[in-house]
Amino acid sequence: MTAIIHPDAGADRVAAQARHSVKKRVHGLSDRSIAWLFVAPTIALLLAINIFPLVWMIRLSFTNLNLSMSYLPLKFVGLDNYSDILSDDDLWIRLQTTAQFVICSVALQVVIGFGLALLINRQFRSHSFWTTIILLPMMLSPAVVGNFWTLLFQPQIGPFNYVVGLFTGIPPSSFSMTGEVALAPWTIVLVDTWMWAPYVMLICLAGLRSIPDYIYEAAEVDRASAWRQFWSITLPMVMPFLMLAVLFRAIENFKMFDMVNLLTSGGPGSTTELVSITLKRAAFEKWRTGYSSALAIILFVTVFGAANIYVKVLNRVKQR
Amino acid sequence: MSAAAKSTAHSVVEASPSGKAVAGVIVILYAAIALLPLLWIAATAFKSQSDAIAYPPKVIFQPTLEGYVNLFTVRTRQTREFIANLPPATTWYDRLVRAHDMVIAGPSKVVPRFINSLVIGFGSTFLAVLLGTLAAYAFSRFRIPLADDLLFFILSTRMMPPVAVAIPIYLMYRQLNLTDTKLGMILLYTAVNVSLAVWLLKGFIDEIPREYEEAALVDGYTRLQALRKVVLPQAVTGIAATAIFCLIFSWNEYAFAVLLTSGDAQTMPPFIPFIIGEGGQDWPAVAAATTLFVIPIVLFTILLRRHLLRGITFGAVRK
Repeated sequence: MTAIIHPDAGADRVAAQARHSVKKRVHGLSDRSIAWLFVAPTIALLLAINIFPLVWMIRLSFTNLNLSMSYLPLKFVGLDNYSDILSDDDLWIRLQTTAQFVICSVALQVVIGFGLALLINRQFRSHSFWTTIILLPMMLSPAVVGNFWTLLFQPQIGPFNYVVGLFTGIPPSSFSMTGEVALAPWTIVLVDTWMWAPYVMLICLAGLRSIPDYIYEAAEVDRASAWRQFWSITLPMVMPFLMLAVLFRAIENFKMFDMVNLLTSGGPGSTTELVSITLKRAAFEKWRTGYSSALAIILFVTVFGAANIYVKVLNRVKQR
Repeated sequence: MSAAAKSTAHSVVEASPSGKAVAGVIVILYAAIALLPLLWIAATAFKSQSDAIAYPPKVIFQPTLEGYVNLFTVRTRQTREFIANLPPATTWYDRLVRAHDMVIAGPSKVVPRFINSLVIGFGSTFLAVLLGTLAAYAFSRFRIPLADDLLFFILSTRMMPPVAVAIPIYLMYRQLNLTDTKLGMILLYTAVNVSLAVWLLKGFIDEIPREYEEAALVDGYTRLQALRKVVLPQAVTGIAATAIFCLIFSWNEYAFAVLLTSGDAQTMPPFIPFIIGEGGQDWPAVAAATTLFVIPIVLFTILLRRHLLRGITFGAVRK
């Protein structure tokens, strides 16, 4: 792209003068109206599809609307929905389940992703081919992934239990990864990690490649050990990138719905019922629209706060 | 890329040959294990019903196209006499089905669902890239009041939990008669994708030197002409990469699709888990659908590999 000839300094001056005259001439539209014309459709679409419904939902969150009993008169109930939610013990348990899922899966992804990135960064032969292969799972549809892992996890016919049986001697049909209270939470962590460790890997790889060689060369001159180099050069330099990956994965997993809905649909019982699944049940099975609007607003606010931090980190990384 | 080019054989940064070998073995081992589930699904698509549910799981089996035939057809079970009295089967798939005492009753819904996925995917991608290109150009080249806040607002709409967004959208679409319509889904996916498109394309357009346009303006082009004839041709790679990212999102999306569509506008992701045969999920057919659904994604991933990093970080991390 940069191969195209740059205009020389003289032309620059001419251009500066011309910019002025172009503004005066105003053939066609002025820059200002173009700017507005170009941004307006996007903003209008987002207002119509995101903001207007959001405002509507805030209003609904103060009502008793229940779509399965829409014959009831619509009543404003003030903050009742919110106080119901915040004093609901079950919901706190769902939030705990969600938090455990987020922490375990992101931690595992960081360990595996960062580890893989360090190894790939050694630039062995054909590393770029294998990197692409490793990236495949994260490009797939989470729903389809959740669905086909249910086949792999079938106690009798699934290959997963069979392989575990081969290595440990546990009979393959004696346990069910998606059907047991003790295993199901780890099952969703496992599949999520299979899908998203590559994501952390890719971002860490970018971080590792952004470290200039001369820093390591200087450390080598100072005879810093490999261990020391890792802790005082590699890790701090990759940290902003790692933060970016961790934040994004945490936000995504906090609102996780599709993969888990198909893998365990919240079960067995409600051991893997994440907040989004609770929300879906309240809104689209029990049709408690008022209540679920309030819950949705609470989730919105949480994600919005996290997104704010994410964008700050994003901008910091961008400056690197 | 640059790191590989710069480091020389004597560089202290370059790993030793044995270090490389160890790294290579571990990474390749990981890749192979991570790939196994996908290979298993691709293989299951070619298994017969009984091989698919055999214990222990079969690695070596007689391949058959039954799964694919079942995916595309609806069949009814018939008595042997009934089948014997039918005119002889003319096609290979008729013969395959009749061997299992069944008769093809008609096509399944997979083709309409596939078409829905294509129409909604391409429709929303086109709109998102169109709107995104215009907005990104404006954010990149003009001083827009509160630009940073607007950009944050645009991105934050993408971060919202889809189930939460679906509640008011469901109510709104019911009023507007947009529930379970392709138009409704296209608009919704456009809104989600446009945020990615703006952020990604802004990054790509930022990289095109302003001097080119300014030279064009000097030559008497209007802004719009300069955009069309100078900027767009240079942004073509970026636009293509962005389009593929949007397409992949729409193609893969499940939460909105399952909550807001039930028939006419249903796409593949909510459809695939409900491909059932006699007595439960028809695993070879599900695997066949999954394979067909995933192949385009694999191709796109290979095409996109140089831009993946940008795509997953909204254009913030380039190399």
